Amino acid sequence: MNNILAIFKRELINYFATPVAYVFIVVFLVLTGVFTFYLGGFFERGQADLQPFFSYHPWLYLFLIPALSMRLWAEERKSGTIELLMTLPISITQAVVGKFLAAWAFTSIALFLTFPIWITVNYLGDPDNAVIFAGYFGSLLMAGAYLAVGSCISALTRNQVIAFVISVVICFGFILSGFPMVLNFFDAWAPQVIINVISSMSFLTHFTSITKGVIDMRDLIYFVSFIGCWLLANVILVELKKSD
Amino acid sequence: METMIEVNHLRKQFGSYTAVEDISFTVKRGEVLGFLGPNGAGKSTTMKMITGFLTPTSGNAKVCGYDVSKHPIQVKSNIGYLPEGAPTYGEMNALSFLHFIAEIRGYGKSERSQRVNQAIEKANLESVLLKPVETLSKGFKRRVGLAQAIIHDPPVLIMDEPTDGLDPNQKHEVRLLIEEMAKDKAIVVSTHILEEVHAVCSRAIIIAQGKTLFDGTPMALAAQSKYHNAVSLSLTTEQPDAVEVQLSKVEGVASIERNKLANGDTQFFVFPKKDAMLIRSISHIARTNNWELDQLSVESGHLDDVFRQITTQTNNIAKDALS
Repeated sequence: MNNILAIFKRELINYFATPVAYVFIVVFLVLTGVFTFYLGGFFERGQADLQPFFSYHPWLYLFLIPALSMRLWAEERKSGTIELLMTLPISITQAVVGKFLAAWAFTSIALFLTFPIWITVNYLGDPDNAVIFAGYFGSLLMAGAYLAVGSCISALTRNQVIAFVISVVICFGFILSGFPMVLNFFDAWAPQVIINVISSMSFLTHFTSITKGVIDMRDLIYFVSFIGCWLLANVILVELKKSD
Repeated sequence: METMIEVNHLRKQFGSYTAVEDISFTVKRGEVLGFLGPNGAGKSTTMKMITGFLTPTSGNAKVCGYDVSKHPIQVKSNIGYLPEGAPTYGEMNALSFLHFIAEIRGYGKSERSQRVNQAIEKANLESVLLKPVETLSKGFKRRVGLAQAIIHDPPVLIMDEPTDGLDPNQKHEVRLLIEEMAKDKAIVVSTHILEEVHAVCSRAIIIAQGKTLFDGTPMALAAQSKYHNAVSLSLTTEQPDAVEVQLSKVEGVASIERNKLANGDTQFFVFPKKDAMLIRSISHIARTNNWELDQLSVESGHLDDVFRQITTQTNNIAKDALS
């Protein structure tokens, strides 16, 4: 536990020691603003809720989160510090979890900084704050899922650009898997069970249901087990690839 | 003396390439083991297996009685390791980097500062504490790596080329540090600088192509040189042939080698027959003949020659086997 905490602290402080943190936060805030007010038609809708804000999160995360996660392991391997890290008295699992939690904590800071939107909607109207809270919660869970994929892929290569591109593609797959055009492709030949499995893998299905204010056990289990599986793969990949 | 490191028939294969074929040795407390070999000999790979970074294909390594593959965490807590090139987190400053290491090494708040301060003092880092490590000079980076390795006062210290790329003053400092710590630790230092072996090591191992070719004291290593116990003298003379004839008449001389030096002097290496001591008789004839001697000494042996001789031998054997 102490080891996870030590890794967590180092990583989190490190985000703010480089311009990465500030660039990420500024870009994230500007883009959420643009999406919510222009594309989402926040004012035109005339409704006191944050649907237009949350509905663009899956697409924002698609590019921003892999940009954050690409360096997690690729950089350690590139600079050789992985040899230092892996010869300290910690397990790979502790290192993977510590790094993941730090990145997750960082995205939650960025997400927290969108609070002016919440203030705005409360000033203008009388929204259901429980639903908004659920939206934030769902968005955070989904960010965790993106991060777990990104962290795992980052362990695959020492090149951050490759890690970024592959992560985006895989995350895109997990968004699309709920869309009819993907499901139709499988519809022709795969049994219904498989189609159900594929569609239930989508971030969108689970995220949308949470943002409606329904925190269903199944959605929680989906995100938690999704993160768990990718982190497990991450541990295995680090073990296999650390010395390449 | 207790055995701190025990390496048994380590072997490491990367695909079809064998990096380490069969290496065994032990290191006791108080010993400084010099790990020598040409580039690509398997020095770093062996060290990485001892420190638990690489898993051996076969064989095992024990540190302080713990098997690396069975108790990696215990092994890692007993080792201070300076990897090749001394990698550190470049964006951090030296102080917070060392605090991070001390925290991972399990020290509570108050002891952490004390440990960090000791390491800073030993590695002479006071002047650069708050600069990002990536902006430091090579020498300071290396010292940050050293400080990191000794922060927990480990019983076993493993350093992969600790003086590589340092200037002579920095090298000297690192050697002093190693000497200072040598008493109560088992230290393994890899290097391809041979003078270093004489300066700090109590034992030397030469490996090439993944095999141990020599294991003994630096003295024993030097004794393998053909220059070991030879008398070297340089003098200003018009008739080097006459001098050579005189030298060859000395009792116990096996052969003589003659070189012309850049300053115009002639240098002789006089090789003795087995165990004969020549220096007295040679200095005697030098005096009686009034030679203008510039230098006269007994050679302890050229490590470079031995190194080349030992490490290229296997190449030749391999070539013979192929042809």
